[in-house]
Amino acid sequence: MQRSTPAWAVAVTLKRSLARRKTSLDRVLAILTLAPSAAAVSLFVYAFIAWTGFVSLTRWRGVIPDYAWAGLRNYVRLFQHERFQTDLRNTVVFTAVFLTGCLVVGFLLAVLLDQRVAGEGLFRTVFLAPMAVSFVVTGVVWRWMLNPGTPETGYVGINLLLDKIGLGLLKSGWYTDPRIGIKAVALAAAWQMSGYVMALYLAGLRGIPEELREAARVDGATEIQIYRRVIIPLLRPITLGAVIVLGHISLKVFDLVAAMTGSGLGFSTDVPAYFMWDTTFRGNNFNQGAAIAVVLLVMVAVLIVPYLIYTMRSEAEI
Amino acid sequence: MTGAPAVKRGRRGVRMSSSSRAVLYLVLVLFAAGYLLPMYVMVVTSSKDFAEVSLATMWELPRQFSLDSFSRAWFGSREQGYTGLNDKFFNSVQLVIPAATLSSLLGSLNGYVFAKWKFRYSNLLFMLFIFGMFIPYQSVLIPLVQVLMSVGLYGTIPGLVLVHVIYGIPITTLIFRNYYAAIPTDLIEAARIDGAGFYGIYRRVLMPLSIPGFVVALIWQFTSIWNDFLFAVVITQNPAVQPITVGLNNLAGSYIVEWNVQMAGALLAALPTLVVYIILGRYFLRGLLAGSLKG
Repeated sequence: MQRSTPAWAVAVTLKRSLARRKTSLDRVLAILTLAPSAAAVSLFVYAFIAWTGFVSLTRWRGVIPDYAWAGLRNYVRLFQHERFQTDLRNTVVFTAVFLTGCLVVGFLLAVLLDQRVAGEGLFRTVFLAPMAVSFVVTGVVWRWMLNPGTPETGYVGINLLLDKIGLGLLKSGWYTDPRIGIKAVALAAAWQMSGYVMALYLAGLRGIPEELREAARVDGATEIQIYRRVIIPLLRPITLGAVIVLGHISLKVFDLVAAMTGSGLGFSTDVPAYFMWDTTFRGNNFNQGAAIAVVLLVMVAVLIVPYLIYTMRSEAEI
Repeated sequence: MTGAPAVKRGRRGVRMSSSSRAVLYLVLVLFAAGYLLPMYVMVVTSSKDFAEVSLATMWELPRQFSLDSFSRAWFGSREQGYTGLNDKFFNSVQLVIPAATLSSLLGSLNGYVFAKWKFRYSNLLFMLFIFGMFIPYQSVLIPLVQVLMSVGLYGTIPGLVLVHVIYGIPITTLIFRNYYAAIPTDLIEAARIDGAGFYGIYRRVLMPLSIPGFVVALIWQFTSIWNDFLFAVVITQNPAVQPITVGLNNLAGSYIVEWNVQMAGALLAALPTLVVYIILGRYFLRGLLAGSLKG
């Protein structure tokens, strides 16, 4: 005796085959949905980059485009340019101070907040608030706070404050001192971004199981040793992510410099992104501006592309 | 993102004496004071009268509270020769509302495709999208200005909206893709078996579940567009269409302007994003973590 297939099973099979036929149409719709964005990204990101690369190989100076071929001349001149050499040095110093400041302070704050602190939410809000503010606002405010004062006014701003709390030996000319100008700018940037690192580390610390700490304690490890041997190595992926994000911010920094100091005395606070804007849109040296832009892009790509590939691969494995 | 709440509470600092607890709080309070210092300076300086503003007394509270600097920052001062921020504030509002909304919508559609309709090379395409988030915008500015000029959008607010929508695609796509990846694919399958198509699934299943994703994307875009300076300063030369960041920079750049007016201007420029952050900080944080590529 043959058992007939129940009606619901027939319905499900029918629906399945209908769904399968619809799938191909749905796939077309999916790709069509993505198409405008893909077109926009290919034009506004990739074609524009190629276009900038092309401009960097031309003689275009002045308001009217001039696509006469110049070869690599703009690049040779750029790297011989004293201002650009200063900019590259400034970028290195800025990155070092900014990254160290953000990572050290961010980690410290995360560890402190991880100790079951009353009012944790309030502290978190305070440390992250600077991130909600524009770099232009930061620049304007810090320019006023880091004003060292003149012989007439005496010490002012942070200097005055340091004097009052007995840390007078930390007084400095800040951004008016060519030797440390760029570090003063990096200080303001670290104020803005260290909360971000704190948030990353705090999320990471909360993800570490307590059993691991317990096991280390049973083995006789001190709290410091636990951080050095267990926690910090476990947080390495977060540190890497933070370095990538902060590093690309520091290579691109523009608005903070524009609002706080501009190029500074003897280009002491100048950076490539500011030089690019200055030379292109104020000086109309489009070829030189394009060359700076390409150098900037290469620096960022060297940092970002391996990380993107690494992230995508490890995500695909999961 | 965070561990299980049950473990989270009451675990750290097991052997902490009350004196080291006191040190812990002292350090935290000192740090918090340091972070709040610029805010303090902004508030205190902007509520001073010009006569009272001097570098030497910048840390002191105002002897007489005055809102004069706010009205000058807002309306400008003809005799001092600077324009106020009121027009620029509304330029930013006109810019940020359509730009944040459109880029969030686009991002949610893109994220839906990348998370639930994978096709050949879709991961590669996604990566090419994401890279657009990291590029220094200097590398696209020259062609951008030329293209905007040739289509008549250079120096206009709609032009700036277009720019922010397009360069917002990478981050909003990332936010939504990570968000939708966490929604079980079985749900999509079930809807498909019930006869829902590509858009049907989006509208009836994903959209209703997307509210938190939209909040994150909208806040993130609101903040970064409101705070943008580079696109604004390159694309809008005409003061009548400039956003508030450019207005503030010009206000601070003119030599005649008093410090109290500058600080009031900085506060006005910072206020909308600060308010959003204080009210919806949790979602802001999620966007932040998405920006580090880990949803």
